[in-house]
Amino acid sequence: MLYEQELKTFVEGTTNFFEVAAQQPASIGSPYLMEGSPAVHEYTGVINISGKREGVVYFTASKAMLTVLLMKMQENDFSHETMKDLVGEVANTISGNARRDFGRDFVISVPSVLSGEKPQIPQKPGVRSFIIPINWRSHSAKLIVSLT
Amino acid sequence: MRNGKAVAKNGGKRTLKLMIVDDSNIMRRRIERSQRFEQLELVGTAGNGLEALELFKKTDPDVVTMDITMPQMDGIECIARLVAMKPAVRILVVSALADKATAVEAMERGANGFLNKPFTDRQLNEAIAELMR
Repeated sequence: MLYEQELKTFVEGTTNFFEVAAQQPASIGSPYLMEGSPAVHEYTGVINISGKREGVVYFTASKAMLTVLLMKMQENDFSHETMKDLVGEVANTISGNARRDFGRDFVISVPSVLSGEKPQIPQKPGVRSFIIPINWRSHSAKLIVSLT
Repeated sequence: MRNGKAVAKNGGKRTLKLMIVDDSNIMRRRIERSQRFEQLELVGTAGNGLEALELFKKTDPDVVTMDITMPQMDGIECIARLVAMKPAVRILVVSALADKATAVEAMERGANGFLNKPFTDRQLNEAIAELMR
């Protein structure tokens, strides 16, 4: 269960990432709640959360968005490995920044990455996730937060 | 050469050796690319704390940038081990972990500065400048 102030933490973390790292703000859509496995893009960074709260935070984005993001970050390596690196790093940054409000007992894992045409994110039955839609330079991404 | 010691460029300032530790290749390249100090010479990069320890022994850096959340050995443990090996090493933590307790713990283990991700080039260079003062 995610409370309104906690949701705000993730929204602010996401906007801050794009403003600072990508030097161009993203627009955040209205977060919504869903049960089951949300649809994801080609690359998904996964951070497992443990400690005071448990669950998972995902950042999912298309190859196209990640390519432009890499260019904005002055990268010229657009390989599969670099895409995985970036999506993991974004998930890690947003989750780590959330500790400003959640505290150090919000323990974040090293990122793992899912990729492929239609990757499935594992989801426990009955668990609901908050989906935070992100739009950046006409590309869509999502931050998915699933916490108990 | 002067008195048997190599004289660095940069108006006689000694060149300092830099090691970058982060499990993200992108972040390692970013720090390497963004730092603006002629005085700093990159001697190596490592992807986790264990690699950092090995590289540290081989290259003897003066300045280290250190991520915290890494596989195999995290940055907090690595900081303590590096400082034990070389108390004069200057370590800048570069981490997404934004809680004060982590920053305090890193400093207590021997880090000299803390920079949160995401950061601008300016913030990185200011943090490094502060470290080298």
